Amino acid sequence: MGAYLVRRLLLMAVTLVGMSILIFALLRMVPGNIADILMDASGNDDPKEKARIVHDLGLDRPVTEQYWQWIDGLAHGDLGYAFVSERPAIEEIAPRIPISGKLAGLAIVFAILLGVPLGVVSAVRQNTGLDYGLRVLSLSGLSFPSFWLGLLVLMASVQWFGTIPIYDADAHGFFAQVKMLALPAIVVGFRSSALIMRLTRSSMLEVLRQDYVRTARSKGASNASVNYDHALRNALLPVITVIGIEAAFLVGGLIVTETVFNIPGVARFLVEAIRWRDYPIVQNLTMLIAVVVVTMNFLVDMAYMVLDPRIKFG
Amino acid sequence: MRLTRAVWAAGVLGLVTVASPSFAQKQGGTLRISHRDNPPSASIHEESTISVVQPFMAVFNNLVVFDPKEKVNSPDHIVGDLADSWSWSDDKTKLTFKLHQGVKWHDGQPFTSKDVKCTWDALAGKDSDIIRKDPRKIWYNNLKDVTTNGDYEVTFVLGRPEPSFLTMLAGGYSPVYSCHVPDRVMRSKPIGTGPFKVVDFKRNESIKLVRNPDYFKKGKPYLDAIDWKIVPNRSTRLLGFQSGEFDMTFDSDVTFPLLKDVMAQKPNAVCEARPTNVNSNILINRDAPPFDNPQVRKALVLALDIKAFNQILSQGHDLDGAAMLPPPAGFWGMPADMLATLPGHSPDVEKSRAEARKIMEGLGYGPNKPLKIKVATRNIAIYRDPAVILIDQLKQIYIDGELDPIDTTIWYNKIAKKDYQLGMNLTGIGIDDPDVNFYENFYSTSDRNYTGYKNAEVDKLIDQQSAELDMGKRKKIVWEIEKKLADDVARPVIGHNVANTCWDPKVKGLVLQVNSIYNGWRFEDVWLDK
Repeated sequence: MGAYLVRRLLLMAVTLVGMSILIFALLRMVPGNIADILMDASGNDDPKEKARIVHDLGLDRPVTEQYWQWIDGLAHGDLGYAFVSERPAIEEIAPRIPISGKLAGLAIVFAILLGVPLGVVSAVRQNTGLDYGLRVLSLSGLSFPSFWLGLLVLMASVQWFGTIPIYDADAHGFFAQVKMLALPAIVVGFRSSALIMRLTRSSMLEVLRQDYVRTARSKGASNASVNYDHALRNALLPVITVIGIEAAFLVGGLIVTETVFNIPGVARFLVEAIRWRDYPIVQNLTMLIAVVVVTMNFLVDMAYMVLDPRIKFG
Repeated sequence: MRLTRAVWAAGVLGLVTVASPSFAQKQGGTLRISHRDNPPSASIHEESTISVVQPFMAVFNNLVVFDPKEKVNSPDHIVGDLADSWSWSDDKTKLTFKLHQGVKWHDGQPFTSKDVKCTWDALAGKDSDIIRKDPRKIWYNNLKDVTTNGDYEVTFVLGRPEPSFLTMLAGGYSPVYSCHVPDRVMRSKPIGTGPFKVVDFKRNESIKLVRNPDYFKKGKPYLDAIDWKIVPNRSTRLLGFQSGEFDMTFDSDVTFPLLKDVMAQKPNAVCEARPTNVNSNILINRDAPPFDNPQVRKALVLALDIKAFNQILSQGHDLDGAAMLPPPAGFWGMPADMLATLPGHSPDVEKSRAEARKIMEGLGYGPNKPLKIKVATRNIAIYRDPAVILIDQLKQIYIDGELDPIDTTIWYNKIAKKDYQLGMNLTGIGIDDPDVNFYENFYSTSDRNYTGYKNAEVDKLIDQQSAELDMGKRKKIVWEIEKKLADDVARPVIGHNVANTCWDPKVKGLVLQVNSIYNGWRFEDVWLDK
């Protein structure tokens, strides 16, 4: 177990180093840099002014030096300065992480709370009207684009309640924040809940046909006990894998939802930073996402051990 | 015509509203406005976009300003701002301002004539720590020196008479900066003397301004604060306005198709259409085939159906004009009957196209042998849409165009390298003034003359109109330049854009100026009738 953990941690480190090189190289392969964009924004193309900006931002130094400076800074907790706002990158990134974190957390909680029970119900009531209805619901969750759903929710909100949930940085307290983020979280989480629902259903159907479930039934166990104590626990393994992956990939859904609901989180900020070729912001945020994905994978693997004692790592 | 009447009616109504004694301005309240995108920075002098001018003009003062109560920016509608008075020398080459005393920057430092000198030394190209980019340096080509006489008198010394110089100082792009605040601060949290102070400028989130309690114009501003919320999605912005989250839309944010939705959801909204003085135009690479041939350029412009562009793009609300914004909103543009004689503006499109086809056939092109070209444009809808219509219209004269959408970040780079054949472009004119427009966009030495158009005769005429003191004579030279630019197919204009700005009826004292969106955003006369 100990050796396995060390191996996994080493692999994580190597993966992250590889990611950092890839992020750094890809960013510089995209045409245009911040100086081009700043000049473009002001509609002039004075080579002298552009050269001054390039020099001030250190973009005229060798690429290897720029990479090393970034990694060295990262190792010392110095994320550098954002090119556009000219403030420390950490000051730009840090306040936005909790916003997206809360939204993603709420979305995943919503997805699990909706997806798992409905998946179980759908499997238990296979081929009934309820099952068909839930399958249609899950299909719609997978096929509705989140920007469309988001706009629809906003329009309905204006029509019926005369208001829209505009992000308010001054909303403090648990309930105020849940109230503000609930609608966007539902929009983001709807797709994930559909995926979880479908996977729970198919996984449950497979498990419900296993011998040990039949044995439990023949021993007189109640339906609830069979479904939830015996079947669900084993059916959850693939579902947990998907929840882990979905949590990591939720960033993609957040970009659209943060834009439609105007939430100043990291996802929208990242897209904006890419548009401006704000290297310090993009590099550090993408690395952060890489760390989250790698860590989520690691945690999912660990969760297998807890849920299925048959799995042994060595 | 319908629009013109509406604009002028709104203007009269605006004047009545401002002048009426029955409206006693109320103090207090926060004005909430949606912003369309992240401003590149907060430094007005370094940028060329309404995204910066609209929120940050309220932080500064100019020496003089276009009268905020007037709808038309014109040389005879200029009033003092930081300057109490001004006078020209007899030879019209020295412009002296007496400055208001006792004005303080937002950080408590006193404002003096040194700040004025600092600002215009930097803008004229001298080394400076207060700006790092200077997109309008061509405006100040004729400025030879700025001298001070004590703390409260400053003189601009010009190389030759230039009546527009005062006009250029009155626009939103001409705030006075302070000597003691470095460029980096000016870009993120600028210090001004204006009616509002910057509390916070958070990218992707908001711009918060609060009332400057020490503002030198006693009793102003009326508002306690202005909250700009950055909302990049237009649907969300407009839904926010309809639901009452915002008191006002971003300037010109409401297109004519969207106006119906807004009015249906919020019937009491006050919406005003006005020309933006932003025009859609065609960039032509005249240094490379096939448009190095004047005949091909002429055929191109004869193929244009301006009315069709207008109908498709703005339901017929855009204005047909040459280089300058046409009257009556525009102060300098040529009259309609003169405009109709210019290539590309003739009402008989079929006749023009027949002539264009003849030219193309003479050059060896025809239905079976079309001229293949690429039409480059920024990959943004407002640029792409007219480019697609252009491609369609060019088919009528055997030109087979292919759309070449360019990442917006490298647009000017590509144009500057002349790596294009035709380009669809938008040009915003900061002030409705011939010096501003002609020097920026058509003078041979300008950084912003993107096509590199060079015509010594036009340069001479531009200088000539610039020095002309008689307004009537000057207008005639301006029209002659417009005609020459059209005949030369320098940068054919396909339409001057018109769009709507809406606000809640409780917002009072707002006067939209009809010949430039870049002026009139000081907000010191705006109040909330709650």
